[in-house]
Amino acid sequence: MKYTLVAWMRDKPGVLNRVSGMLRRRNFNIDSLQVSHSETPGISRMTFVVDGDERVADQVIKQMRKLVDVTRVENITDKPAVLRELALIRVRTTPETRAEILQFADIYRAQIVDVALDSLVVQVVGSEDKVDSAIQLLENFGIIEMVRTGRVALLRGSAGRRNGRRSTAVWRARANGNP
Amino acid sequence: MSTAPSNPGDLPRPADEPREMTGAQMVWEAMLHEGVKVVFGHPGGAILPTYDALAPHEAAGRIHHVLVRHEQCAAHMADGYARATGQVGVCMATSGPGATNLVTGLATAQMDSVPMVAITGQVPTNLLGTDAFQESDVVGVTQPVTKHNYLVTDVEELPYVLKEAFYIARTGRPGVVLIDICKDVQNATGIFRYDFSVDLPGYEPWPEYSPEALQAAADLINRAERPLILAGHGVQLAGVSDRLVELVEKAEIPVVTTLLGVGDIPETHPLCLGMGGMHGEAYANRAIQSCDVLIALGMRFDDRITGRLDRFARQAKIIHFELDKAEVGKNVVPDVAVVGDLAQTLPALLPLIQERRHPVWIQEINEWRQDTQQTDILNFEVDELIPPYVIRQLWHAVKERGQDPIIVTDVGQHQMWESQYFIHERPGQLLTSGGLGTMGYAVPAAMGAQMAYRDRLVWAICGDGGFQMTLQELATLQQEKLQVKIGIINNGFLGMVRQWQQLFYSKRYVGTPVLSPDFVKLAEAYGIPALQVTRPEEVVPALRQAHETDGPFLIDFQVKEEVNVYPMVAPGAAVDELIRRPRPAIVQGYSGVQPSW
Ligand SMILES: Cc1ncc(C[n+]2csc(CCOP(=O)(O)OP(=O)(O)O)c2C)c(N)n1
Repeated sequence: MKYTLVAWMRDKPGVLNRVSGMLRRRNFNIDSLQVSHSETPGISRMTFVVDGDERVADQVIKQMRKLVDVTRVENITDKPAVLRELALIRVRTTPETRAEILQFADIYRAQIVDVALDSLVVQVVGSEDKVDSAIQLLENFGIIEMVRTGRVALLRGSAGRRNGRRSTAVWRARANGNP
Repeated sequence: MSTAPSNPGDLPRPADEPREMTGAQMVWEAMLHEGVKVVFGHPGGAILPTYDALAPHEAAGRIHHVLVRHEQCAAHMADGYARATGQVGVCMATSGPGATNLVTGLATAQMDSVPMVAITGQVPTNLLGTDAFQESDVVGVTQPVTKHNYLVTDVEELPYVLKEAFYIARTGRPGVVLIDICKDVQNATGIFRYDFSVDLPGYEPWPEYSPEALQAAADLINRAERPLILAGHGVQLAGVSDRLVELVEKAEIPVVTTLLGVGDIPETHPLCLGMGGMHGEAYANRAIQSCDVLIALGMRFDDRITGRLDRFARQAKIIHFELDKAEVGKNVVPDVAVVGDLAQTLPALLPLIQERRHPVWIQEINEWRQDTQQTDILNFEVDELIPPYVIRQLWHAVKERGQDPIIVTDVGQHQMWESQYFIHERPGQLLTSGGLGTMGYAVPAAMGAQMAYRDRLVWAICGDGGFQMTLQELATLQQEKLQVKIGIINNGFLGMVRQWQQLFYSKRYVGTPVLSPDFVKLAEAYGIPALQVTRPEEVVPALRQAHETDGPFLIDFQVKEEVNVYPMVAPGAAVDELIRRPRPAIVQGYSGVQPSW
């Protein structure tokens, strides 16, 4: 099963390396990993998809939380969420196929973002399945090159509003004192 | 941990107001704030400014630097110091080879949750990434073997990094934090301050335990007919050995320990079954396999304790008390998990536990124990020098001195014999590399422990193989005038590996016979008095002489060669499928009849 996890982390040099290094070292199977800025300056947001069972997902979350720079990790697999991927696909065209490709693009609500005499660049945005099936279809015409992002995700509705940052005041006094 | 570590010079109270100083000075200023008294290290170009800034502190006796002969040992010494005192150990090295030499020591400490801060010099910021002379990507190299690490490229960040590093190293589950400081940052001037609290929003060192989980655990324990405690290093890290004994006695629960849990409960306690797992006693492992409730305290179900996982404690409901959430469910999925600091959860558990007696269960265990004791190697007449005898005599000799010793073992057969035949009565009596199993650990770690407690009796017990991995530190030992006693269990082989070759590779001893120098002469070259022992009757006098000699002493115990550690659970086997000690009928007088000892 595939799990969609979202992690927030301090935007420090090498933080992506820390996360990917941990995932590699602990032999987790990661399908995709996408990092970007979040709404908070200094905090990056990472969406990643893990392949495994529930125990693996649980371990990934716990091991992520153990990284000092990671501030929060959430499993949104079972929550209502908008999940999106984006693909840019350069397709070979001929005068005969061009119209058909445009028609398919329309069905997928894909956009044509670049046009040349013998090719088109189609931009597909949607769920993994939708992007998959668009690619499959376009393969019939000949894909010259392609690039595709990993999954990004945002919770729907009020579930998506972040609850306040966990208070650090509960840290135990002994922790902060000198030995 | 009872007496304060010896302190070269009084700790001054550093001024609290922010002050201007160089990055190099900041390093030491922070250490004064953290109460650091000893640093183990080796200098080089990229760390020179920091070494230079130590001069006034060393002159005033505030911080002492121990010069090691190899950086690996700086980390092992800091490790031994930290394990013995519970305080953060500090080591220091230069860039490139200095830093890479540290790695084994860092990994060793991190695996065993030892609080440590390592400081390394790095090439100047303008040379970063150019393959400059002695540049290596230390943050990259050490990331997998540290709790956290930093590259400091701006002097203004340095005080924050220093404070964070010590905080992270000692809080929660302790670990290693490395700070790599560019040389120009050490020379640059900035404002030093320490009057802030660390702000790490994602770091949760002390998770609050759930009272419901604790109650669920108590209910299981109260209903158990065959309860068993599996106690690990966490008991000692949390300092709750007394509480453990209370729990054990209140509900009459026998205890098996992990290797790092040795000493959690006095091994003289009737309910202590000693160490379990790969070289645990048969009765301890049978207890694991037969209990109906297994209470795991501050341990992580390492493969050396569980054996084959799908056959581990199959009849038991498992309760896991653990501070590190990520350990819960990693190897074994418990029925009840109590996540939290044992220093809180154990005292909170006690009032929920009913006074219970389990006569049938205890009787059963005692019968198994009797069975083992009848075949025990020590019940034979010793006519050749065998390691278990040496270890047991060491215990007698130490006992005779009436001191609370620290025994530091290396890795291999002697390490297992020590855990089996030395009777540990207090937490912190045994320091050993459990998780990483690092040969060469014992001598430097023993020196680190001795630095903390100059008057205590510290023994390093090594194999002839492991001793030769770090023996260069004998010079450091003399330079620091430490009185570490060293026992080499010299069997002419990399014994533990030879044992595996004997058992699993048809006795093809490839790469395991090991030639050693004359250790007595070697010790004398370093000015360390030494003795060679070849006969059983020489053991006790030699140990006495070692104890009566002021300063260090080395004994080369030339033991019988092909002796094996039993019982043994073969890798991949369940813990009750063990190879037992041979019966007396088969092996007479250690004559080398197979299987040999
Ligand atoms: C640095 C390192 N290299 C290799 C090993 C693998 N190893 C484990 S035990 C052992 C043999 C140790 O031999 P010795 O030090 O003579 O001790 P003995 O087992 O004979 O008591 C070896 C090579 C290790 N644990 N650490």
